[in-house]
Amino acid sequence: MDFLKIFGREDVTSKDIAKERLRLILVHDRANVSPKFLEMIKGQLINIVSDYMEIEEEGMDIKLTRIKKDEETTVPALVANIPIRRMKHLAKI
Amino acid sequence: MSQVLVITSGKGGVGKTTTTANIGTGLALYKHRKVVMVDADIGLRNLDVVMGLENRIVYDLVDVTHGMCRLKQALIKDKRFENLYLLPAAQTKDKTAVTPDQMKKLCEDLRKEFDYVLIDCPAGIEQGFKNAIAGADRAIIVTTPEVSAVRDADRIVGLLEASGFEEPKLIINRIRPDMVKRGDMMNIDDMIDILAIELLGVVPEDEKIVISTNRGEPAVADEYSRAGQAYRNITRRIEGEDVPLMTIEEVEPTFMDKLRMFFGLKARRVKGEGARWTF
Repeated sequence: MDFLKIFGREDVTSKDIAKERLRLILVHDRANVSPKFLEMIKGQLINIVSDYMEIEEEGMDIKLTRIKKDEETTVPALVANIPIRRMKHLAKI
Repeated sequence: MSQVLVITSGKGGVGKTTTTANIGTGLALYKHRKVVMVDADIGLRNLDVVMGLENRIVYDLVDVTHGMCRLKQALIKDKRFENLYLLPAAQTKDKTAVTPDQMKKLCEDLRKEFDYVLIDCPAGIEQGFKNAIAGADRAIIVTTPEVSAVRDADRIVGLLEASGFEEPKLIINRIRPDMVKRGDMMNIDDMIDILAIELLGVVPEDEKIVISTNRGEPAVADEYSRAGQAYRNITRRIEGEDVPLMTIEEVEPTFMDKLRMFFGLKARRVKGEGARWTF
């Protein structure tokens, strides 16, 4: 990779950069278009998680945000904070 | 059965008005459909200029919706193309001069008289956009291969879906095959992949568009314009024909061409600029 850079040839074309940036932008844009989106995810998460543990629904916090992937790039991430009240006793599989 | 189509984009300057003018003229030319083009960009009208009909405006869309004149009085008949009409926007009012309900009523009235009603939507997602889509059956989204235009197009797709539009179609405008080839411009597949809507056509960047706009004559009537050819194909697809999307490829100059170029002679070419452009 560095070898190519020395000769002024980059391995990523500008259209690839454009496409990748667009993808990330649209993840955010599309999620923002409908406010129902996060509520939908929240509801389904509660359903799934409740099978395994008792959770505090009022304390739940779900948001779409960006996290650092490395030094330069950030990626969209779904962050869910779910306070657990008690684990359910399930037979060990 | 008549259709009301809205041509929209979100972002400005991507070619909505040019597209409206060319599709409208194309439909009138191809099967002599009775077509009316409605400029919904109140306050910033331009479709009249692109069509070269700016000197013939007496009444406009706002006059019609406010009952200041009859619909027929405001329609401008294009004398060059049989069956083609323009309903110009008002230039001195703003977007709030018309309501979505009034636009709906207007579209219903026009539908009775015409085979196609094409609505040139203003840029943005505010009232002007809401007015323009209010009476439309289907939507055509115009975008260019740029990050900003594609992002806005995606937003429009979302808003159209929320308003109950099914399957809006995409036109990719101002694509440059040379830049696509060297990887400096998103290609058709990239954009379809991202936007996930059906493609109606691809229009290449073409100097002739500037020239035809200078003259007020739509490029679709110009046999030798690449963009004009693309718009003719789009017209046929709107008419329900299955016109395949051809790949954009440069034709390598032949040995003879190179020789001619070497001696400073103009190379013999297939309809301009040494490439086979099929859209």
